[in-house]
Amino acid sequence: MAYEERFDGRKFDETRPISAEVGIIKEADGSAVFRIGDTVAYAAVYGPRNLHPRFLQDPSKGILRCRYNMMPFSGAGDRVRPGGNRRSKEISMVTEKALLPILNLDEFPNSVVDVFIELPQTDAGTRCAGICAASMALADAGLTMRDLVASVSVGRVDDKILADLNYKEESYDGEVADIPIALTPRTGSLTLLQMDGKISRPELKKALEIGKKVCEQIYEVQKAALKAKFSVGDAHE
Amino acid sequence: MALTAQDKSVVVPGEELASGMEYLPTSGTYRDGDKIIAARLGLLQVDGRLIKIIPVSGKYLPKRGDTIIAKVIDITLNGWRCDINSAYSALLSMRDGSSDYIAKGADLTRYYTFGDYLIAQITNVTSQNVIDLTLKGPGLRKLGEGRIMNINPHKVPRVIGKAGSMVGMLKDELGCRISVGQNGVIWLQGAPDKELLAVKAIQKIVSESHIPGLTERISKFLSRK
Repeated sequence: MAYEERFDGRKFDETRPISAEVGIIKEADGSAVFRIGDTVAYAAVYGPRNLHPRFLQDPSKGILRCRYNMMPFSGAGDRVRPGGNRRSKEISMVTEKALLPILNLDEFPNSVVDVFIELPQTDAGTRCAGICAASMALADAGLTMRDLVASVSVGRVDDKILADLNYKEESYDGEVADIPIALTPRTGSLTLLQMDGKISRPELKKALEIGKKVCEQIYEVQKAALKAKFSVGDAHE
Repeated sequence: MALTAQDKSVVVPGEELASGMEYLPTSGTYRDGDKIIAARLGLLQVDGRLIKIIPVSGKYLPKRGDTIIAKVIDITLNGWRCDINSAYSALLSMRDGSSDYIAKGADLTRYYTFGDYLIAQITNVTSQNVIDLTLKGPGLRKLGEGRIMNINPHKVPRVIGKAGSMVGMLKDELGCRISVGQNGVIWLQGAPDKELLAVKAIQKIVSESHIPGLTERISKFLSRK
């Protein structure tokens, strides 16, 4: 059976509804929430701050430390066991590597910037939502950055190339490729590229092109959310 | 050859600010080819040919000459280690902390002990962010009883006002003693109800600092109470 129409009726290059908000966690130095369909990612940034244990310190620049976590109740009903696992460790690492190229922490030797990403609700595309939220939170924390990072998953279901797969599509009974990407919207350089599944070279090229276009849309949402927090006229008492 | 973003608007990292060689990138911006790009979140300010970004968020960055409010957190061999609400702690050496003769091995807590708040000045900041403080100077001292509040350090100029007008108004209206550190730590002392009112007024200043007519609104707020 061929995949003719998407389960939720979207166009093949259309994302789920996206919304974002900045500064939602008051105690944090920077924070943001990013929602894409039923996937919700909160990111809180603390720091730059003192780094312990000391052997982790880098006297030439500050370091970035990310922690990705799915909340126990976040999945499709199976309890996610808290405390991290191999998967969350990997995603924490790729998130860190997706964000590092844009960050400049030279001003903060021996210190650390902590990024905590929490997912209260997941429906695939969590690492991408996490990266989008984290990049907004880092900007909100007033850090020096070359650009923001926008991220989305693209992929293939049967013979269709599509953007922003949801869980149902990811677990489709047939040939599926799931490719989370992250890029800097201004220059279009990729900072994350992973893949699960199989895809041909021309299909991959097409998928990346769609991803690039979608990331530009995401960037606009991120930009608007950041500006909304500081713009004149909407004071929150 | 023109500005592509609006002067005094909020810009986000990666946003194009200007193109052409007419403008020069300064703090918070960088040049990429013939374009000037924002490197942080903040308000764009164009001053002649210079383009800079005024930060609106972020931790306090210590600068030499700043008067700050520091909290004693540790005692070392030759002085006091202080938390200054920034990414790094600062050192107040024995020599800069007191003009008394302090004998070797003396109990330093007799001068300043854990949890004491001090109005201090930053004398030196090194590349590795080792920060030195002094208490020698006019107005620099250990703070007594009172209330401490923290605000975003980038809002400090608004709390102080032009030539101290805003904080002066608070002091006059409420009869409180108020000290505002450049690091966003504020010390207040006065009658308990007035102290609380001052805290509320400062919170109002911080949250509405970007809306014009701030001084009138705050004076109205104070007269209403």
